[in-house]
Amino acid sequence: MDTMRERFYRVAGLLLDDDPRLAVALAVIGGDAFKAARQRHPDRVIDLGIREQLLISVTGGLALAGLRPIAHTFAPFLTERPFEQIKLDLVHQDVGAVLVSAGASYDYPFYGRTHLAPGDVRLLDTLPGWTVHVPGHPDEAERLLRDAAAASGRVYLRLSLPANQRSLAGPGAGMSVLRTGTSGTIIAVGPLADAVLAATAGLDVTVLYAATIRPFDGAALRATLTVPDVVLVEPYLAGTSVPQVAAALADIPHRVLGLGVGLDELRRYGTPGEHQAAHGLDAAGLRAGITGFLAGPPVLDQPRAAVHSV
Amino acid sequence: MAMTTSHRPGFADLPGLMARMTGDEKHDHAAESTLDVLWVLYDRVLRISPQTADSPGRDRFLLSKGHGPMAYYAVLAAKGFIDPALLPGFGSFGSPLGHHPDRNLLPGVEISSGSLGHGLPLGVGVALGLKAAGQDAARVFVLIGDGELDEGSNHEAIAFAGAVGLDRLHVVVVDNSSSRYGWPGGAERRFVVEGWSAARVSGRDHAALEAAFRQSHPGRPHVVVAVIEPGEG
Repeated sequence: MDTMRERFYRVAGLLLDDDPRLAVALAVIGGDAFKAARQRHPDRVIDLGIREQLLISVTGGLALAGLRPIAHTFAPFLTERPFEQIKLDLVHQDVGAVLVSAGASYDYPFYGRTHLAPGDVRLLDTLPGWTVHVPGHPDEAERLLRDAAAASGRVYLRLSLPANQRSLAGPGAGMSVLRTGTSGTIIAVGPLADAVLAATAGLDVTVLYAATIRPFDGAALRATLTVPDVVLVEPYLAGTSVPQVAAALADIPHRVLGLGVGLDELRRYGTPGEHQAAHGLDAAGLRAGITGFLAGPPVLDQPRAAVHSV
Repeated sequence: MAMTTSHRPGFADLPGLMARMTGDEKHDHAAESTLDVLWVLYDRVLRISPQTADSPGRDRFLLSKGHGPMAYYAVLAAKGFIDPALLPGFGSFGSPLGHHPDRNLLPGVEISSGSLGHGLPLGVGVALGLKAAGQDAARVFVLIGDGELDEGSNHEAIAFAGAVGLDRLHVVVVDNSSSRYGWPGGAERRFVVEGWSAARVSGRDHAALEAAFRQSHPGRPHVVVAVIEPGEG
């Protein structure tokens, strides 16, 4: 299976052939992969060098000139370093753009903290109008990319190296139901779905799957709700979507647990799998977190204990 | 001041228009550092009018130095982009005229600015986009300040635009010596080293400004440093 990133490079190149409105802005990362597309479309594949502030500003300028820009680099350099450019040159100008990141929370942990962006989705939550996709499979990444390229709004497409064995998304933008049960709801986001399915084997819970997390599909949560105990499992900062769950269930007494990547720095290199486990996001860690929460008595969110025990 | 359809406002009308924003008739509004540059651009250089304010092939003017936009609003009012009746509301809750302009509130305003160091990088993107869209006649002019040039984001834009020879891009640096540490050898040196064409003129000399803006610069972006002597604005 190809990676989401490889799929992005290939499909974006094809989309450039089909849509004269489309442009791709790069900051070296991906430059080689877009070489052939750049030869075919030298004015619409733009490599700015290692200049990420300029990457986002140029993306805004391309949109102001009437194009549909796609900007791409590693997640911390796409969302965190040029955050004011996102805030002002895209949102405040009120132009559309597609930001496609690679690296996610811990895809390249051997590079260290500089290349980890567990806070990207929470950061974008401070700005209005973003659609945020967290695909769990290259097929989902491709579909979401094609949809985003054809649309006009502001879209963040968060690609990751880890992926589920197969695509789990339904045909629409909403959450899909992977499993039904009666004693609680687990919301699995993007590439953590396989681990969630393994962790909840034999448990009487509903498992929902989201490849699109903003806007949050509160309607699907309400429509499938049984016991109002909800566990979010997100491949970025723990608890990022807890406010969205709380808003969706504002009129229902409920409990919610946010599992995800811990806020503290691990200061570890290693592999994505080791980081996933260290954050309690492998099947064993998730099962412990989920069963502890569902068993009650109600306790407040303490999912990070495992992080400190590495 | 009287403004009728039969009267085409000129440069001499700008201080009066600015006074409508402040209610201060005595203040010397002609001292505003950007006033002459803006007037020369809108009166003699830019291919843009209220009728073509949304035309894909229009020239783009991006006011990056959004501070003190009264001169900008006065020029836009004089040229018919905005209704002079809006001017007295300047800065108020119900007015589209803020102390930094918002493109989503005002016709003819290409970018919302205020935070320094965004207009030139945006202008690079607009220039690239116009090129990709085949709008070959459309040019981009960005006004920045010499103090604004302190912001590092400008230098990403200057180096890139020079490297790719983005010749539809024009920058005017209104140099009123407000950079904390100055630019040894002149602000234009930062551009020239990256391959830009450059001119340095008085920011008050309309003929010199027009000539500098019209200077030929094939294959290179062009910067005009418009010098405002200390004490002038």
